[in-house]
Amino acid sequence: MVKELTTGAITAKNVRKEFLDPNGNQVIALEKVDVDIKPGEFICLIGPSGCGKSTFLRLVAGLIQPTEGNLYLDGEEIKKPSYERGLVFQDPTLFPWLNIYENIAFGLKTRHIFKENKEDVKEFIKLVKLEGFEKALPHHLSGGMAQRAGLARALVNHPKVLLLDEPFGALDAFTRMNMQDELLRIWKERGTTMIMVTHDVDEAVYLSDRIFVMTPRPAKIESIVNVDIGRNATYGRKRDSGDFLQLRSKILQILDYTGKAAADIEYNI
Amino acid sequence: MSELVQTFRKEKTKEASRPDFRFRTILPILGVIVALATEILIPAHAKLKYANLPHYRYFLFIALSATILLGIASIFWGSLREKLNYRGAFIGGVFLFLTFLNLVTAKWMLLPQLYFPSIARIFSVFFEDSKLILTCIQSSLTLLVKGILIGFIAGMICGIAVGWSKKANYWIYPLIRILGPIPSSTWTPLALVVFPSAKGAAIFLIAFGVWFQITILTASGIQSVKKAYFEVSSTLGANDLQNLFKIAIPAASPSIFLGFFNATCSSFVALMAAEMIGCKSGLGWYVNWQKTMLSYPNVYAGLIVVAVFCYILVTLQFKVRDKLLSWQEGVVKW
Ligand SMILES: Nc1ncnc2c1ncn2[C@@H]1O[C@H](COP(=O)(O)OP(=O)(O)O)[C@@H](O)[C@H]1O
Ligand SMILES: [Mg+2]
Repeated sequence: MVKELTTGAITAKNVRKEFLDPNGNQVIALEKVDVDIKPGEFICLIGPSGCGKSTFLRLVAGLIQPTEGNLYLDGEEIKKPSYERGLVFQDPTLFPWLNIYENIAFGLKTRHIFKENKEDVKEFIKLVKLEGFEKALPHHLSGGMAQRAGLARALVNHPKVLLLDEPFGALDAFTRMNMQDELLRIWKERGTTMIMVTHDVDEAVYLSDRIFVMTPRPAKIESIVNVDIGRNATYGRKRDSGDFLQLRSKILQILDYTGKAAADIEYNI
Repeated sequence: MSELVQTFRKEKTKEASRPDFRFRTILPILGVIVALATEILIPAHAKLKYANLPHYRYFLFIALSATILLGIASIFWGSLREKLNYRGAFIGGVFLFLTFLNLVTAKWMLLPQLYFPSIARIFSVFFEDSKLILTCIQSSLTLLVKGILIGFIAGMICGIAVGWSKKANYWIYPLIRILGPIPSSTWTPLALVVFPSAKGAAIFLIAFGVWFQITILTASGIQSVKKAYFEVSSTLGANDLQNLFKIAIPAASPSIFLGFFNATCSSFVALMAAEMIGCKSGLGWYVNWQKTMLSYPNVYAGLIVVAVFCYILVTLQFKVRDKLLSWQEGVVKW
């Protein structure tokens, strides 16, 4: 069952973002961003810290405005935050004064559509496997559970685009792999456009349709890599296939990490 | 799954209430018996006035039956037993202290009778003067509630404005910085002129102190809310007003409560000070008036009432706080 995906396209036209650092100097956080993200696409942003990944997500979220250029969602200029572009951080940022159910229902309540969508809340709690924890407070949950609650909270709004800033960065390797599969399942089910920041090359190759490889100084998208590897039953990719490893080293090369590391290893042996 | 191991526990598991006995639960009973024996067996000093007042005795008899009942109940009721076992030594100690007081005043009269009356004499005031004391409690409570309410509302409004709006911060904050630290009693002369009645002035003085505390802690609470909360809520569809009422204020509520606690504590001081200046009723007035009349038993009785009064109000506040802020991780218990 493949849904016809028509919404959730993000376009960035010649986007540039500058900040002032505490001393009043200009910092270019991002420049020359010209991208088209198709509806329902899974994009990963990868690159060393300070290369503007979070800045890009914030721009798409509408939390900050570009210094130059424009961003569009389905052709409409992005001017301020909206539930259509959901955001999930590495720290799940659940509201500690609300229990899990209230956290997940938060978006529907602020939009005054909670009453007619109560079933949705239940469905998403089930989707992220948190049944039985509705009344729990955020600090009662483990990291993985809290992150799933954060996901459900964003998803229950049916956003067209989900922005994920290193969402699994703080989780242990096994929890992370489980979460990746859950995210893929949700992505396939809902057809949400996903834009995810990660510093894990494997994660990027496993999940995405395209990878935006970013470099700092100047902070920009250095190259866009198509992931032309077939997806498996859980929509991920076989982590030990030749294609996988090849793509992985290609990305490391763009990031200029292979050469140094490999040379060091050879010497040491 | 490893993460499910760390499931949340809803409540502490209730202990099975198996009949059991803890030694320290009988300490209160022993304390009362010592106090009672001292009171009955040792004769009062020959020069003691009002030597036959029975009120302290009555009190001890009531205390005896209460502690015995508690002791018996605690044999069957586990949580009470643990509590009583923990508090037992302290309660016993209180009665030993009363015994000591009884000895140095009524029995041996080591201290001047005028300033240090017997316990029985102090307790008798509660009966002789009960009507006046009750009116005083009522009057104090009215002043306090009005003052706190007005101060709280004004403080919340100012605090939210200063914490939320840059403009309000620019205009109001310096004013708060200048006016706030002035002890509210400094305003007494002005308040007495401006307000037609002493009661009005008292309410103003209480409200002023409360206003300052609440304003400062509400504003700083709101300003220190994690920015990420607002970012997330905005991307969940919240507008500015919702960000204020659904994020900023709940997130700042621990700080607001701290302000409220400071405020009520300082409002007791303001209340007593205010009542001593012009009011013709209230607990502060009562204590002050009895002092000028040199009736120290009444002064002590008044002080006891003030202490109980403040204790009840503070306890009540903690109960409310624990209910509202139970979501906090590792709440500091007072
Ligand atoms: N609000 C801000 N004020 C000043 N500088 C900022 C701000 N946000 C980001 N920057 C700067 O912009 C650059 C890119 O930041 P960011 O997008 O957070 O990088 P990444 O997420 O890739 O680590 C960094 O040099 C950072 O210091
Ligand atoms: Mg970042």
